[in-house]
This record gives sequence, structure tokens and C-alpha cells, in this order.
Amino acid sequence: MSAPAEQPAGLPGTGAPVPAATVPAAPVPAATVLAATGLVKVYPPAGRAGQPSIALAGVSLNLTEGACLGVVGESGCGKSTLARLLVGLERPTAGSVLLQGQPVTSFRRPELARHLQLVSQDPFSSLNPRLTVASALTEVLLVHRRVPGKKEAAARVAELLDMVSLGPQFASRLPHEMSGGQAQRVAIARALAAQPKILILDEPTSALDVSVRAGIVNLLARLRAELALSYLFISHDMAVIRQLSDQIGVMYAGRFVERGPWQSVMSSPLHPYTRALLTAVPEPRPDGSLLDSADHIAHDAPDTSQVQVAASARTGCPYFPRCPIRIDKCLTDDPPLEVVTGAHEAACYRAGLAVESSGGVPVESGSPPVERA
Amino acid sequence: MTDRNGTAASPVLAIRDLSVGLKTRTGITELVRSVSLDIRPGERVGLVGESGSGKSLTMLAVMGLLASPVCVTGGSVTLGSTELVGAPDRQLRALRGSEIAMVYQDPMTSLDPLQRVGEQIAEGLRAHGTSRSEAGERTLAALAEVQLPDPHRLARTYPHELSGGMRQRVMIAAALAGNPRLLLADEPTTALDVTIQRQILSLVARIQRARNLAVLWVTHDLGVAAQFVQRLAVMYAGRMVEVGPTAAVFSAPQHPYTAALLAAVPSTTGERSALGQIPGSPPEPGSFPPGCSFASRCRQARQGCTQTEPALEEREGGVAAACFVPPAEWQP
Repeated sequence: MSAPAEQPAGLPGTGAPVPAATVPAAPVPAATVLAATGLVKVYPPAGRAGQPSIALAGVSLNLTEGACLGVVGESGCGKSTLARLLVGLERPTAGSVLLQGQPVTSFRRPELARHLQLVSQDPFSSLNPRLTVASALTEVLLVHRRVPGKKEAAARVAELLDMVSLGPQFASRLPHEMSGGQAQRVAIARALAAQPKILILDEPTSALDVSVRAGIVNLLARLRAELALSYLFISHDMAVIRQLSDQIGVMYAGRFVERGPWQSVMSSPLHPYTRALLTAVPEPRPDGSLLDSADHIAHDAPDTSQVQVAASARTGCPYFPRCPIRIDKCLTDDPPLEVVTGAHEAACYRAGLAVESSGGVPVESGSPPVERA
Repeated sequence: MTDRNGTAASPVLAIRDLSVGLKTRTGITELVRSVSLDIRPGERVGLVGESGSGKSLTMLAVMGLLASPVCVTGGSVTLGSTELVGAPDRQLRALRGSEIAMVYQDPMTSLDPLQRVGEQIAEGLRAHGTSRSEAGERTLAALAEVQLPDPHRLARTYPHELSGGMRQRVMIAAALAGNPRLLLADEPTTALDVTIQRQILSLVARIQRARNLAVLWVTHDLGVAAQFVQRLAVMYAGRMVEVGPTAAVFSAPQHPYTAALLAAVPSTTGERSALGQIPGSPPEPGSFPPGCSFASRCRQARQGCTQTEPALEEREGGVAAACFVPPAEWQP
């Protein structure tokens, strides 16, 4: 039995899946629902000889009511650590998280869960394998007193399933009786059962097949509009991030290296790392652009541990070793995240130059970068 | 030996009506049904599909690596003039690593964590009768060819000392060290970050061109297929539903499943609109419906579609598709 076809999430005529950010009108001062200031997370060394690894090296952000902040980056950039700190699963080494203006640590856990829910990559790991969908949802409804009693819960379970475009027959299913896409819909329904205002979505579509992923992305767009939710959407996939976000933040080595309105970040990226990321996305158009441009790459990227070492060295820009447009200053000074144009920020001394020279087209230098002097 | 110039263009690998099934007490559950595909020297061919479509099983069947109770139930696979289906293990082992090489998604499962990288590559060569000193030289040459820095030092490292991208380069070096004619790759870049994926794809493309290698690349990623392969086959429910030159398939898909799949892929450019969705889910093996397997989810399905199975038929532009409804008659 197929799930009922979802309504296209777009607004009629505009083709945009989300109402916000398409027209950058006079900024209405939206309330900040979740704010992070100077978040640092250092993990102790793994072995005796190891170095402590700096997962987050000073991250600040503001999530406004009803907005979607997309956070994109590659493995080891700290994006999942950020998610864990924001939902209070781990405590930051330094810095603070404010929920509705109050420290997230001052909330008791059930109360926190009524504000903020996490949806992760693997729905099967967040669903109890021995609970039916109905029991799993009912449990959440009763714990958070979102329904007066068990009787009312059944109706609400049906509503929640309908919200995620699953038929009522799914109420009696166990997790193993569902596909990955169906289980992810249930995980989303379970997060929504607590009636949070904020969802932290950590790679919710990364384990899914192409056609299933499309359904979840459209569903998330629709739910945000219908329920006025705020999203922090984490993904390694630039195209998926673009699909849902008002603002896009690009993380590298535990910090934001670029952040701005989605159109600006996608069409005129300021940071060389963002441009490298965009160039590397295999576009579903056989234009050969990926192989052509890649033919010039002569140096390998450092692995995760090297990125972390770069972060812990604390001098210079962490992207220095891979950067095709670096200058001497980048080796000694760490560029702060600063506004370059409008609301578009970048942490790069050469950000302005990058825009002028490339005209916003993602290109990577044809020759290997100059050797360290 | 192979014609390295590829002028003869007779296929390196010819798959004909290959079927794979799961043997049970009550009979055979079909998993891959009648796949036919040629790969010529110097050609990069993609096998694309979602989970469970049979693309990886097809590849394992080609390698002769299916494990009982899954087995080839029909058809043939010929490498040059050698029939691989039913060939003795001894013969297949001799071909693997010398004529055919493989690369998988997770290099950590293929590399021995307790053996130095160089020894592992050399061991593969020695198994095919290369002398110790020559194997050592060819190992270093292979590591240099995949652009790993300082091959001498790298040959002495253990897999855990390397990044994911470097490990995958080592796997490619090991696969190509024996100078095979055919490279089979099962999602080798899927676990990698996009910037690393780009480097690996470009590296393989460069070596492939230089050696006139035939490549079969299995992927679920339509972007990778678009950028990397020259010809692709789209699989659904164990069948090939469309096959043709990549440019033609992407610009004018002839099967509704291919079209629906393409509409479901988000892009980093262009208009931002809701993604295309395919209602329902693919049929489970063992309960393939009569007629076209995609019919129940297909927007273009007609009455006959659920009764008769459409055959893979030639269309214009060198594309073949298994569908009764030509694109000109598709509903929007």
C-alpha cells in the first residue's frame, strides 16, 4: 500500500518550497528562538600520545522563529557536535546555548523536549524495535501531557501519521516492518508529538534512496510552513541544504567559514572552501564539469584528523593547507567571520577578491598552491 | 591479449540475459532478471538504481562472487572469449586481479588492518606469479599512479594511518596493479566527502583513459553517473528498464522511472521548487507483479502495463527502454 501522494510543498506559482527568504524585503525583526554564543567543544585525546581534538572552535548562531538555518560541511567539520550541544546531549567546553533567552542547561529534560526535538540520520536507532508506531507515539503524548488520556491519544496518533503522510494502518507496525523512508516519517511524527517549536535535523535524508529522500525533503518543507517550526538542518549535501534553507552556514574545522542568505551563498560563494564544495557536487547533468575541473587538482585534501590538528594549532586559517588563493597573512592570522556584503558573512581575507576574480562562478585554482615559505 | 587501442571495439565484457535468484525449498526467488549489457575497451558504463534494484547483485554475479543460496539462474557472462558463469573457482581466481579488478564502497573491509599497505598490493601480484622484486617495483609504481605522496613511505603504513580518501586510492592502486582489462566498482565513492569523491572520480577517469580500461561503475548517485560514465543502465526491481548514452538518457529519458528519478534529484542551481516524488515503494523480490514492475507507481501506466511485461526495445539516440508508452504520449 502506497503512502498517499503528498501535496507539492511549493507555493502556487512561485515554485518555492518555503515561503521565507525568496523576497528579501525589509527585515521584520523575528524573535530569536535558539542562540549559541562562542561554542567550543574539545574532546580529550584518544590515546596517551594523542592530542585533544577540537570539534567546535567557537561557533555562534541565531535561529529565528520560523526560519531554517542550513548547516553544511564535510565529515569531521563539527556539524553533528553542534547538533548535540544545541539539544543539550553534551555540554560545551566553553560558550553557551540560549533557548527562548534562557540557558539550555536550566531546562529540565522533559521541558526541553517540548521546545526542541532532534531527528537523526538513522530512524531505526531512534525507534524502540519492540514498540509499535502507535505505542511509541502514545508514550510521547502521555509523557508530555499533550493529550488528557490514552483514549484521546489514538485520535492524535492518527493525526500525527496523517501529518507525515502515512496511512492509519501504520499505527500497528513495528519498526522492522517499515522501509527506511517510512521509519523516518515515523521518527519525524514522534518528534512532532511533543509539539516542539524547533527541530534539529541531523542528516535526516542521508541514508535514504533518491526517490525516498525527495519525499522527506518535501515533507519537511511542508511541515515547517504548516506548523511554523524553526529548523536547524544539518547535511553534507549542498543540494539538499539549498532545497530547505533560508540561511546557509558552511562549516569547516569546527567553525562557520561562510554564512548568508541561501541565494547569495549558492550563487556567489565568498569562501574558497564553499566554492570547492559547490564545484565538487556531481550535478545530475552530463556536462563533464566535474571531471574537467577536477583534472587540475594536484593535492589531496587532509583527512579529518589533520583538519582537527589544523584547528588545534590555532594559528592561521584552518583552510590554509587546501586553499588555492591563500596569502602569507593566512598562515599567521585566523580570519574572523565578518560581514562582506549585506547579510553575507565569510571568514576569509581574500573573500572580496574571490568574488571579483571569479564572478561568483565556483572555480578552483588550476595550479597547486604555493609552497609554505 | 586485449587490443589496447580499442579499435576492434568487441566488448571486453558481455552480459547476456543474466538472471540471479535465491534458491529456497519451495523454488527460486528471482532477484535479477535477464540483464544484458556490453562493456567495450575504454568505456565507462554505469549501473544505476535504488537499494534492492539488483545492481550490486549483477556485479557480484559478473565476478562469480555470489554466495549460496544466491546464484546465477540463467544467462551468460563472457570476458573476451571466456565464459565466466559456471567456470571453476580456480579459473575465476586466476582472472580476478589479473583480468578483472574490483573496488568496493568500504576500503576498510577489503584491506587487512594488520598488514602494511605495500605488502597487501604486492601479495596480490605475487599470487599471479610475479617475482618478489618485480611485485615491489610495481607496487610503488601503482601507488605513484594513484597520486599518493611518497610511495616508499606510504607502502610501509597500515590502513588505519590513512584517511578514507587515501585508503580508497590504495584500493584502486591494488586493483590496477595487476593491469586488468576490466574494472568493476561498487559505489566506491559513496562513503567519501564530495571534495574527495571528485578527486577519486577524476583520478580513475584519467587512469582509465590512459590504459583504455573498461569500467563498470555501480552507483545510486545520478550525479556521479551523469558526470562519470559515458553509457548507463537504469535498474528497477531486478530489471534493466533503460540503457543508453548518458547524455541521451539524461536529456530525454525514455522510461517513466528514469524520468521520475531525475525529477527527484535536487540541484545546486536553477529554480528552487518541490522535488518530484514517486508514490509507493518498489515491489519486494518474490512478489514481482505481472506485467511491468513499475506500473503500480507509474503516472503513465495504461491498462496493458499490468498484464504484459514490456521488453527492452531500441529507441532513437541509441537508447533502449522497457516501456509501452512512448514519451510523446506521457501525461505531464
